[in-house]
Amino acid sequence: MTTDGFTPGGIGGSSPSGGSTPRRARRAGGGGGGAALRKISDGAVNVAVKEPGRFFALCLDTFRAIFRWPFQWREFIEQSWFIVSVTVVPTMLVAIPFGGILSLQVGGLIRQLGAQSYTGATAVVAIVREASPLVTSLLVAGAAGSAMCADIGSRKIREEIDAMEVLGINPLHRLVVPRMFACAFIALFLNGLVSVVGLVGGYVFNVMLQNGTPGAYLASFNAIAQLPDLLQAEFKAFVFGITAGLVAAYKGLNAKGGPKGVGDAVNQTVVITFMLLFVENFIISTLYFQFVPSKGM
Amino acid sequence: MGVEIRVEGLTKSFGRQVIWQDVSLSIPAGEISVLLGPSGTGKSVFLKSLVGLLKPDRGHIYIGDRDLPYLPEHQLYETRKLFGVLFQDGALFGSMNLFDNIAFPLREHTRKTEAEVKRIVLEKMDLVGLMGAEGKLPGEISGGMKKRAGLARALVLDPEILLVDEPDSGLDPVRTAFLNQVFIDLNAQLDCTFLIVTHDINTARTVPDNIGLLYQRHLAMFGPREMLLSSEEPVVRQFLNASKVGPIGMSEEKDASELEAEAKMGLDSGKLPPIPPQQMPSNGLVRRGQHAPGAWCAAHGVTPPPGSFIDELGRNWVDEWPRYVASMQAGQAAGAPGGAFPPPAPGPGGAAY
Repeated sequence: MTTDGFTPGGIGGSSPSGGSTPRRARRAGGGGGGAALRKISDGAVNVAVKEPGRFFALCLDTFRAIFRWPFQWREFIEQSWFIVSVTVVPTMLVAIPFGGILSLQVGGLIRQLGAQSYTGATAVVAIVREASPLVTSLLVAGAAGSAMCADIGSRKIREEIDAMEVLGINPLHRLVVPRMFACAFIALFLNGLVSVVGLVGGYVFNVMLQNGTPGAYLASFNAIAQLPDLLQAEFKAFVFGITAGLVAAYKGLNAKGGPKGVGDAVNQTVVITFMLLFVENFIISTLYFQFVPSKGM
Repeated sequence: MGVEIRVEGLTKSFGRQVIWQDVSLSIPAGEISVLLGPSGTGKSVFLKSLVGLLKPDRGHIYIGDRDLPYLPEHQLYETRKLFGVLFQDGALFGSMNLFDNIAFPLREHTRKTEAEVKRIVLEKMDLVGLMGAEGKLPGEISGGMKKRAGLARALVLDPEILLVDEPDSGLDPVRTAFLNQVFIDLNAQLDCTFLIVTHDINTARTVPDNIGLLYQRHLAMFGPREMLLSSEEPVVRQFLNASKVGPIGMSEEKDASELEAEAKMGLDSGKLPPIPPQQMPSNGLVRRGQHAPGAWCAAHGVTPPPGSFIDELGRNWVDEWPRYVASMQAGQAAGAPGGAFPPPAPGPGGAAY
């Protein structure tokens, strides 16, 4: 793996090794307007073609590195534990009000429609199908991805990654693969956690604040929701984890320019991961509704 | 015996910015070479290209008979085992203590038992003067110690080629002198090919067998130490004498008016300072890559600047050399390395910079 884009070119003309005098540097030519235009077009090409291309290349290299023996179990477990430690508490703290707010909003609407006994059913569908993957994505991108990018980025800045390559170790195999799987593995559990905590939150809000009956809330649980809802949510969480791990690795491995470079990389990681996860969420949901018929329809 | 590095027509650019182009040189096996250049001329980029961390746009890097930029990945990783690289800040793994850092290559690439690993690691730590610091984390030690630990890690696999990136940055002159001595002793012991990237003029004048100078996106000159130190080429001369007078300016290059003004004021770079004697291994033995003092000048009909090769004790090493070598060989034959002859210390020409 190299740290920059590479196109093998032809053989350059050689110059004698000694005695050639340095040539005069030419000042950058062209008018100011031309230079600005070129800068903009360079930037556009970079954003539209080069960056996604390099990211895709990294994804392919990482995919190849997955099958290299031995799998770094130790790193995987350490990273999993690390991700758990940075995500569990925030996840719960986000999930409780999320469940509550859903209950409040949907509960009110449902009561107006006269379907009060279905409050539980709507809460389950809303939380399991959409809310928990979304909360998971926020936490995976914001907490796990940023921490991972900061870690890899600071290693890059300290030249640890270069040193690793020189010592004959592939950093994708050693660092990126275990982190990516750790992220996906923990995302599965986070998704379950959000579902449970969100439902408990919804239950508490519904029963205590909206005078719902506990029996009705629980009894209607599986009126609309079905098992594939949970499975698709877990699938989403897995994909989110892989995506967040890859983006964090890509940005971290390409960090440059000292501590500020790492900060920028972390910032970009969070923004890019958010965007990718929301797009993925949309695509997976759409496909899910196409392929899995809703209950009772 | 070390491996020769042959570079042909190497060109590297980042985007539209050309770093250097058409760099061709061959770094002789088993010798110490220094690569100099003003800040920002891509010396570190050159070093990273040599180990395949950066791919050049054009050109070839032959390590033995392998063309490094065009090797498939697994062969590249194989070839890299020939290299030891000392990065600017040591590049130690922050999560491991010094012992584990230095043992890392051994544990990864060899099937040695833990006892053997321990023996080798402690031996190398002793070599760089780090005994007793095995349990420290990289965050807890000074920059000089990090560098020495990085050097120990680069040495554990007995590399054929050792690349060193700015050994003197952030180090005081005394530690730099010690580190330079370590390089020379290592070269004497291991015969590996050295390339040291630096802008410390004192190091460049006294340590290497060969000097190269990168300037203005080109290799201005590469050759034996005496060739560059006796060169009248303005850029080489200015840089190796750390002078303000010459074509190199503060930002990049002086323009014609500045040079004219300099000429009008009657500033010239004066006489060339004497060539200092080369630093010797601390056990006094002669390195295999070492050239006799004054040999290049004599072979090319160049008169070295007056006062060259004279050490602090006033001995002229051009004359002393045959006797010194003979005394060393006699001492070695008698089983006492070193002999009675004190090795040359860098003379006035070295200490002045």
